[in-house]
Amino acid sequence: MARLAPENVDRAREVIERYPVARSALIPLLHLAQEQDGWVSPEAMEHIAELLDLTPAEVVGTASFYHMFKLEPVGRFVVNVCTDISCHLTGGPELLEHAERVLGIRSGATTPDGTFTLEDVECIAACTEAPCLQVNYRYRYRVTPDDFDRLLDDLRSGRIEHEVPPHGVLARIRQRMPAERRAGAVPPDDGAEPAWMP
Amino acid sequence: MTTIVSGRFDLDEGWTLAKYEETGGYQALRAALDRGPGDIAEEVKAASLLGRGGAGFPAGTKWGFLPPGKHPYYVVVNGDESEPGTYKDRMLMERDPHQLIEGILICCYAVGARQAFLYVRGEMALAQERLAGALNDAYDKGYVGRSILDTDFSVDIVLHWGAGAYIVGEETGLIESLEGRRGMPRLKPPYFPAAIGLYGQPTIVNNVETLANLPWIVMNGGQAFADIGAETSRGTRLFAVSGHVNRPGVYEVDFGTTTYRQLIDDHAGGVRDGHQLKCFIPGGASAPWFLDEHLDLALETGVVGEAGSMMGSGAVVVMDETTDAVRACLRMVRFFADESCGKCTPCREGTGWLEKILDRIVEGRGRPSDLDLLVDVCDNISPGLAWPPRMTTICPLGPSAVSPVMSALRHFRGEFEDYIDRAEPPELAGMPGVRVEISA
Repeated sequence: MARLAPENVDRAREVIERYPVARSALIPLLHLAQEQDGWVSPEAMEHIAELLDLTPAEVVGTASFYHMFKLEPVGRFVVNVCTDISCHLTGGPELLEHAERVLGIRSGATTPDGTFTLEDVECIAACTEAPCLQVNYRYRYRVTPDDFDRLLDDLRSGRIEHEVPPHGVLARIRQRMPAERRAGAVPPDDGAEPAWMP
Repeated sequence: MTTIVSGRFDLDEGWTLAKYEETGGYQALRAALDRGPGDIAEEVKAASLLGRGGAGFPAGTKWGFLPPGKHPYYVVVNGDESEPGTYKDRMLMERDPHQLIEGILICCYAVGARQAFLYVRGEMALAQERLAGALNDAYDKGYVGRSILDTDFSVDIVLHWGAGAYIVGEETGLIESLEGRRGMPRLKPPYFPAAIGLYGQPTIVNNVETLANLPWIVMNGGQAFADIGAETSRGTRLFAVSGHVNRPGVYEVDFGTTTYRQLIDDHAGGVRDGHQLKCFIPGGASAPWFLDEHLDLALETGVVGEAGSMMGSGAVVVMDETTDAVRACLRMVRFFADESCGKCTPCREGTGWLEKILDRIVEGRGRPSDLDLLVDVCDNISPGLAWPPRMTTICPLGPSAVSPVMSALRHFRGEFEDYIDRAEPPELAGMPGVRVEISA
């Protein structure tokens, strides 16, 4: 796959500037790569290492710690079914079984056509709406097997593209920090007293 | 009953700047800027605001640990809500992002921080989107950034998100992650990042709900906040009630005086119709389980602690009599085994062992000696099996895995024994293809 495209390199440079220490931008840049390609490729990680003056091994070391970074290609839609305690009590495991059956794959696998990746995940903070799932990190609450089947149809038909962007896209609004409004990153060796403190 | 943080949850588009300003938003910031940082810090101290993330440490006291003059100070907001059963910070971020932003500004102003980082859990795309929109609007309006409201107060709030790791909710793990590393907790001491935190500088790490209380405290006074609730638990708190109840939901109740019975029956509509309570988790998966006899306990830090558990992150999970205690226990242990960062041996190895033993019990391959073995592994993770737990690890994740195991074993030992009694003869268990009929 690819290194970061020129417009993403511009975005990356802008993000790096917000932090007092460049390495803090590592996770945001990995998200940017995943947004571009749907996964985080070795080429993208090498490119990020160059941008942050790290070694590729340091980048892989961080990326591999976090569940969300996919170091191999995944489906266009990553379906995360929660089976943690509140969902466990209210039908989460049965929902996962249903999902495995209708998709014809086990949890952790991708359908042969590359459309769906199925995962059973740990608590996603929607416990009062159990059983719940996420598709590309967009929630569905109190999901029945019928709801699940309809969701697959909607995703396949492209009807809910406005709600569920491709895997890798998280917030669709980016933080803007206009130069004239920014206070600026504060490096750790900048010991100045804050102007407003007595 | 007072509503402090959830007032805009049900407003139409309550997350927009227009709606926030219309309902009193950013007035607390203006008031704070008039009064001066020392005054605001005192107000928060007077409120006795306990941290709402899990550990429950008083926010004002935490701020007081900053070593004078060792600038720069940083503020890091912990929005990495991931404790099983917990759902409240995401609601605060999605439904009232400006309230949180105003709280962050008040905190930065009071402690003297010139840069803040808002760390949102990676999986929360909508919260990230709402916060990005809210911050953009707040920058445009002059509430955040350089010379806020034309004063000499300047601070950037950098929106940052994680990528899926429960352990990053631990404050030193959060800092490691924010520095672009694997989110493994740091060796202690120092116990508080207020001494050595982000980039080695003094850092305040506060939970989302904790900071969301600040605008109210500034507007109404620390004393008014402290007047709500009980001696050691003041103000209100958000509790998520989930599991086998009629009306699962997130409820804001008076802290310290409301009881579990009121929370479960009056707010959440009671145990689902036709069923009885078996047990409930009073404060997230890390908390030891409570029974019927604990229902009348108040949601008060000391009371719950003395009864052998904790309110943790405000997550109440109700289980009725149909619940298989062994499987519920396995599910929670699997969580901790999956999420152990691997830094400390008792947690890395212990949680894995617990999962393996419970797995084989549930799969019908349990051995009579397994129950003692479970206790032994728990004791190795947290010696003495006491409450509060003794630690052999640098963060509480290991001891957290002990809670469901010891709770289930203490209260529902018979269910484990039933699984083991039904198990295949141990010498044959696990050997594929071998089945022996044993005649009576």
